[in-house]
Formats: sequence, structure tokens, C-alpha cells
Amino acid sequence: MPLTVNGATVPLPDDPRVSLLDLLRDTLHLSGTKIGCNQGACGACTVLVDGERIVSCLALAVQYDGRAVTTIEGIADGETLHPLQAAFIEHDGFQCGYCTPGQICSAIGMAAELGRGMPSHVTGDLAATVVLDADELRERMSGNLCRCGAHNGIVAAILDVYGPAKVDQEVAA
Amino acid sequence: MSILEDAKQAVKGAAQAALQSAVQMAPDSWMPGGRPDPLIRERHGYTGRPVSRVDGAVKVRGVAPYAAEFPLDRMTYAALVFSTVAKGRIATLDTAAAEAAPGVVLVMTHRNAPRMQPMPLFMTSEKACGGNDLPIMQDDRIYWNGEPVALVLAETQAQADHAASLIRVAYVAEASVTDFGEAKAHGTEPGQFMGQPLRYDSGDAEAALAAAPHRVDARYTTPRHSHNAIELHAVTVAWQGETLRVHDASQMVAHMAWSLGHVFGLAEDQVHVTSPFVGGGFGGKGLWQHQVLAAAAAKLAGRPVRLMLSREGVYRIVGGRTVTEQRVAIGAQADGGFDALVHTGTVAMSHHNVLPEPFILPTRSAYASKTMKLDVEVAYLDMVANTFMRAPGEAVGTFALESAIDELAVAMDMDPIELRMRNEPDTDPTTGAPFSSREVEKAYRDGAARFGWAQRGTPGSRREGEWLIGTGVATATYPYYRMPGGAARITLTRHGHVTVDIAAHDMGMGTATAQSQVIADRLGVSMEQVTFRYGDSSLPGTVMAGGSQQTAAIGAAVVAAHRALVTELLKLAGNDSPLAGLDGDAVGGRDGGLARLDDPARHESYASILARAQRDTVVVEASAPMPLETMHWSMHSHGAMFCEVRVNAVTGEVRVSRFLGSFDCGRILNPKTAASQFRGGIIMGLGLALMEETQYDERSGRIMNPSLAEYHVPVHMDVPAIEVMWTDVPDPHTPMGARGVGEIGITGVGAAVANAVFNATGKRIRDLPITLDKLL
Repeated sequence: MPLTVNGATVPLPDDPRVSLLDLLRDTLHLSGTKIGCNQGACGACTVLVDGERIVSCLALAVQYDGRAVTTIEGIADGETLHPLQAAFIEHDGFQCGYCTPGQICSAIGMAAELGRGMPSHVTGDLAATVVLDADELRERMSGNLCRCGAHNGIVAAILDVYGPAKVDQEVAA
Repeated sequence: MSILEDAKQAVKGAAQAALQSAVQMAPDSWMPGGRPDPLIRERHGYTGRPVSRVDGAVKVRGVAPYAAEFPLDRMTYAALVFSTVAKGRIATLDTAAAEAAPGVVLVMTHRNAPRMQPMPLFMTSEKACGGNDLPIMQDDRIYWNGEPVALVLAETQAQADHAASLIRVAYVAEASVTDFGEAKAHGTEPGQFMGQPLRYDSGDAEAALAAAPHRVDARYTTPRHSHNAIELHAVTVAWQGETLRVHDASQMVAHMAWSLGHVFGLAEDQVHVTSPFVGGGFGGKGLWQHQVLAAAAAKLAGRPVRLMLSREGVYRIVGGRTVTEQRVAIGAQADGGFDALVHTGTVAMSHHNVLPEPFILPTRSAYASKTMKLDVEVAYLDMVANTFMRAPGEAVGTFALESAIDELAVAMDMDPIELRMRNEPDTDPTTGAPFSSREVEKAYRDGAARFGWAQRGTPGSRREGEWLIGTGVATATYPYYRMPGGAARITLTRHGHVTVDIAAHDMGMGTATAQSQVIADRLGVSMEQVTFRYGDSSLPGTVMAGGSQQTAAIGAAVVAAHRALVTELLKLAGNDSPLAGLDGDAVGGRDGGLARLDDPARHESYASILARAQRDTVVVEASAPMPLETMHWSMHSHGAMFCEVRVNAVTGEVRVSRFLGSFDCGRILNPKTAASQFRGGIIMGLGLALMEETQYDERSGRIMNPSLAEYHVPVHMDVPAIEVMWTDVPDPHTPMGARGVGEIGITGVGAAVANAVFNATGKRIRDLPITLDKLL
């Protein structure tokens, strides 16, 4: 099984030092995945690997042989934006747009974690079904920094798509 | 700065002062803004509507290209090596292993770098924008800890990074000053800002303070801050013959082209700088050494270069906000009226930049006082040049000033809002100029009602379990600026499509969106028919995205270009038009054409005018008038910042549970994007209040936390729902009635938080950031 990125098969780099992030940006020219620190502190490089969110700057590309990577360029359905992308525009969940791909990929991965019943630091009752309220969301998204200060819009956009009323069917779908 | 530069600044300052008094005495009608922009009356168009960003889709799809995202043939990738001493010389520099490393194309050091002029220092001429004016790899001298000493180019980033790690440098260190206390002991100099002294005296403030029946007198300190835009500083450069092509992340493309031209001995039109998307600026995305080094390396290698600084690299070579020590003393009568207002102190600066963090700026126009004394002294350090960061001066100055007001209110047992209102000035307290528009009281009244200020308790009186709860308030303030150099080109087609070209910027402020709304209204066309082109040094105008001035600078340039367009169209329309005989001032854009302002029935469409004249397009270009309105009137925005905090009585942890900003910034052009600007400023202010500090080793001048893991910025969990509201009272003397909204949000926040912490705990913290150790 080869490495795939947004469904397309991609050759692994010869140089084992190449990060998944550099492979995406420099070799594949998929520069929607951003670089903000190159040390796992900002979340701008978040991508989905088999549906789970990772920071691609701390991932060596050669480790991902056989895995399916989805980047921000693979989130929309052709011309139709993913509901979360549309919600980010509607709620003004960004200004400069640089942390945005990471926020969106991270939120999609987070919703899947929630669907699997994974608790967070602020989850009160570990036995109960986790409900995505604003605090759960803020805790789970705190690894994605935003310096323009679009936090309120980001939270509103994610709640709009994955909030309590919607989280079950979205994640199940 | 040299004695010659000081003298030039003094002459410039004196000339400016003379001009200012002449401009103040001139009649209103002579001023730009003397006749209100007709668009202020427009209430049914796009202006004022919450339109979503025009560049939203490309950003959420990840296809908007930022500076490091232009793939070029034969691209090389750069890595830098930084000095580890503050001052001295390079003793030995061993690059052999790096040169032999796989994939290496070039190792550049002072031995082989091309001869270049230093960067022209920011604000020393119209288009100068260098962050410092030091030699760049021209000799073996070291000027700060973190200065680039070598650059490696390689076929891949991994190869460049590895090769850079193989370079060995030894230094002969020389005595340096990296300790603020030592720098002060060496003596300070009076600070100057934009060619004018920061010192101001009115009456004998110290005597009035000593004689006042009520007074506070305290010292406040603020640390270094870093912009930390999430996009790392990056540039992609290529030489095309004698032309330098620069894909930059820039707040100032026209300045960049001129300044880089100066460095390499090129005319400004031989340097083409574009910057369509910028991943955050906040004052940090100007000209620093990395663009120069990338261009130099590209020249030596004969190949394109992409240079993206590491996060550490940003801290090493891009300056941030400097450290301040401030004294605020206020003397008041029993009714709260100020007899004396003293705001003085010292800031650190390098020898090679021009910004003595001007923390007294907000105090100049905030309050009436019988006497006043303002002063900023500068102590010099051998450190990376500090620079402009969001609301330079006001962000940290309002922390001290507005904390002191709160302290006085506590001492006098007065409501702090009431105390502020008692000292509202009738005219500008330092210049005497009339205010263009000032709705501070309304901002406070509306904000207090919305926030529930009346429910506030006495210090330490509210507690829920371990959590102490308190509220605080502070004034936000930032001036209206409009810098010279605005110019715009309008291209109107027969089909009614309008293209406006201006070398301005959209780093996420929403410039392109808000200006497209305004342009559509001004020309009377739909937004779909407007194209706003920006971020390109080949376009007209010199418009910096700084000082919250772009809205006004673009607005005034478009007003001028539109006036030229109307004149041209009336000429083309001729005597057969319903518009025949009308003066340019009497008509405006409406329903896809021109109409008489007070009789819209007299209308002719653009299509009709151009068809009759047998023209496919009309192109006009014009410059905005000099910004004399800023001297004629006192022009400032204000806000009332309300904060509720919860402080853990056991751990000292501070959580901001509520925040409301009530703003008076003239007319709001787009409530959606403006609200994001306000919130963004407030959130950066929460960082300033509670966590942000660029730590440096006072023994070596080295920044110790050059990382987003160790320099803390507010994360989602730190940011509550932030409420923002505004007066929406148009300023009659600005384009569109608007004043900029980019920087005011960060002002006042530090004090609002500190005042809330005092209300919660009874502890007054005068040293930022308010970390939990200070509350234990």
C-alpha cells in the first residue's frame, strides 16, 4: 500500500529526513498545509491521516508508507465547500487565513475523536456521552494557535457544524 | 543615530510644529475632510453591511498563495546561522563541511557576500522601511546576539538545514550593554517620535501634584513582546536580468521596492514586490535582513531562493516591542478634577532603530489636566532592533495610565468611569485643536449598560468556591492617522466594471472586502462589478498597512481618483447628456452611472456615456491630498473596555470570564470584519495582560524563549466569548466617516484586566504579564 495524499498515490522521498510537511509543501506543492513553527507548537500544519489529526511537521514522510493523508486541498467536494469551510467564512473564523487550514483539519479530526467518545481534560463525567459545548471545543482546539484573534468565529463555525444538535449524524455520516 | 540625523530630525520637527500651528488656524473648508464625504450619508448601499470576506473561499480551501508558496524552476532553499554573542568580531568561520555537504549550492558569509548598502532606516525618508541600518554580512563585526553570520543554499530545505548545522563560528566578544539597569546607568536620551520630541510640559506638574489633596504616584513595567504572526517571515526571490522579483510577506510593498533598490543600487521600478496574502503582520512584516540576504544569495547563486525563517529565526532577527518602565502620577481635587498628570519613564532601544516605544501618546489627548508632564527617555542596549508592534505606545502606555486612573478612583472612593468623565477635555489637552468627533461618554454609557457595570462589588467581595471574581474597566484610545503618499487608479469599462489599483495590503484586516463595498457605493455599481487590486509595488501609491491608517489612506486616494473620473466622464458626456452643465461636486455614482446628488432623476449610465464617446474604458489616476486634517483637528478613536476575571484564591490562576469592548471609531464599514479586528486586538491584549513576555538573558542579550512553546499567546481555552459594540457615529472629517479599527482593540486591555484583578483580589499588579506567581 503506497502513501496517498487526497486520494493520489505519492512516491516516498529518498531522503528520510524530509517531514511530511515538507513533502506536501515543497515536493507536491500542496501549500495549503502551513508551517508556523516546525516544532509541533502551533498546529498550522495539521493534516488528517486515516481520519486522525496529526501535526505534519513532526512526522517523517517515510513513516507514512501505506497511509492515507488528507490535506485542506482534499476537504471540499470539488466546487462545493465542506460545511465547515463554509461555516468558517460565514462566522469570519479567520483573518489572515494562515492558521485556517490547520484549524479546519483539526476540527474535522476532533469531531471524529468525539464520535469515538474520547474524553478531554475538561470532560466532567468520563462515563457519559461527551457533548461538544464551547469549553470542550476550546480545550480540544487549543493546540491550534491563531494570532489574528479569530477564536470566537472559529468556535462559532465549529459549533455550527458539529455542535450538540448536529454532532451525531455528522460524525456517523 | 548620528548627530546629523538628530539635527535633521530636530529641523523637521520644528518645521512640522510651525506648519501645525498654521494648519490649525486655517478655515475648515481648506482642509481635506472639510467638506464631508457624500458617502457618509449613504445608508442603503453595501457600506455598513456585514459582507463576508471576498477572499474567504481561497483561504478556507488552502489555495491562497503566501510568500513561501511560489514554486519556481531551479529553486534553492536557504538556512541561516546566527551569532551567539552580542558584540564583537568573528574570529574563525569554518564553512568547509557545509560546502561539502550533499545538495549545497552556496555558503554565503561576509567573505563572499556582494557589496550592499545598509537598509535605509524606517521613517528616515518617505519610503525607507529597514528595521535597522546595520551592515549586512559586509565584515566580521557582530552587532547583536542573533545576527545572521552565514547563509546556506541547498537543493532542499532538509539539506540546507543540515549544512547550516555544520558551520563552526568562533567569536572575539567585546564589552556590550545588554542589561537594562546598566544601560540606564550609562545615561538616557530624550525620545523622539516621527521627528518630534515626546517630552511635553504644561505648567509645573510636579508642584501641582505635591499640592493636590488627592494623588497617586506609581511605577509600572512592561516586558518585551513579539508579534508572532503564525506565518513565519518568508520571501521568494529571483533575479530576472537587472530586475529583482520579490514574493514577500509585507505590510509595505512600495516601501520595500524602494528600500531594497537602495540596498542593491537599483531604481525602485527594478524591484517588483508582490504580497497578495500575508499570514499576519502586526507591525512585524517589514524589511529585515532576511529579504536582503535572500536577494544577495540569489545573485551569487544565479538561482531563485526561498528563505523562510525558522520560528527561532524570527525572534533572532525581527524585532518586537521593547521593554518599558513608566511612572504615572495624578493629582486631583476632591471633585475628581485633575490638577496634575505626570507620565514619564524609560524604554530600551538599540542604537540602530528609530522607535522609542512612545507610551505617552495616549496621555496626550485622553484627559484634561491643569498641568501635565510627559516624557520618554531612551536607554541603549546592544540588542536586536526593537520595532513597531500593534499600537506602539498606546498598548503599553494605556496599561500604566488606565491602571493609575483606577488606583486614584479607589483612593478617592469614586466610580472609575465617573472619575474619567469628570476629566473629559473640551479640546485637545496638548494641542488645543478641536476634536473631529469624540463620543467617549456614549461608548462608556452604552458599554456599562450592556456589561452590567452597576452590579460591581467592592474589592474582594465576590467569591464562588475557590474563585474570586472581579470586574474592571479602562479606556482604549488610538489616533486617526493618514500618511502621505496615497494614490489610486480607477479603470471603468463600458460594461460598468470598476477596477481600483492601489499598492495597499490585506493581511486579514478585510481591506479588500470593505474597500470593495465602499467603491461599489461610491461608483453606484454592484460589488460583483468591483475588482480591488492591491499588494503589488507596481500599482499606484505608497500605502503602508500600519498606524491603522489604510482605511483612510485608501479612502482618500479613491475619493481623489473618483473625482478625476467624474470630471473625465462629465467631459465625455458632453452637452447631449442629462448631466450637461453639472459641476463634478454636484454629481455622484448611482445605479450604474452618474446622477445629480440632489436630483437623482438627472442620471446617465456609464455604458451610455462611454458608448456615445466611443470609448471602451476610462482610466484615471490621482493622489490624495496631504493629510492636513490630522493637524487641523484632534482625531482619535476611543473605547471603553470592560473585563470580568476569576482569580483562583489557591493557585493565583487568572481566567478572563467576560470581556466587552464598546468602541467609538467613526462609521463602521463592515461590521463582520471590523468585529474581528476589534476582537483580535482584544485577544492580543489579553496575551499582553496575562502571559506574553519575550524573555532575554541580561548577561548576553540573547532571547531565551524563541518558540511558540515557550512564548505563550492566548489559545482557544484562554479566550471567552468577547462582546463588541460601537457608537457608529461618523467622523465628519474622514473619508467615509470612518477611523481605523486595527490597533485600538489592544489598547486599554492590560489595564482593564489588571483593574479587574484588583477588584477580585485587592492586589494591584503593576508589572506585566500578570502571571499567577504575582498573585500568590
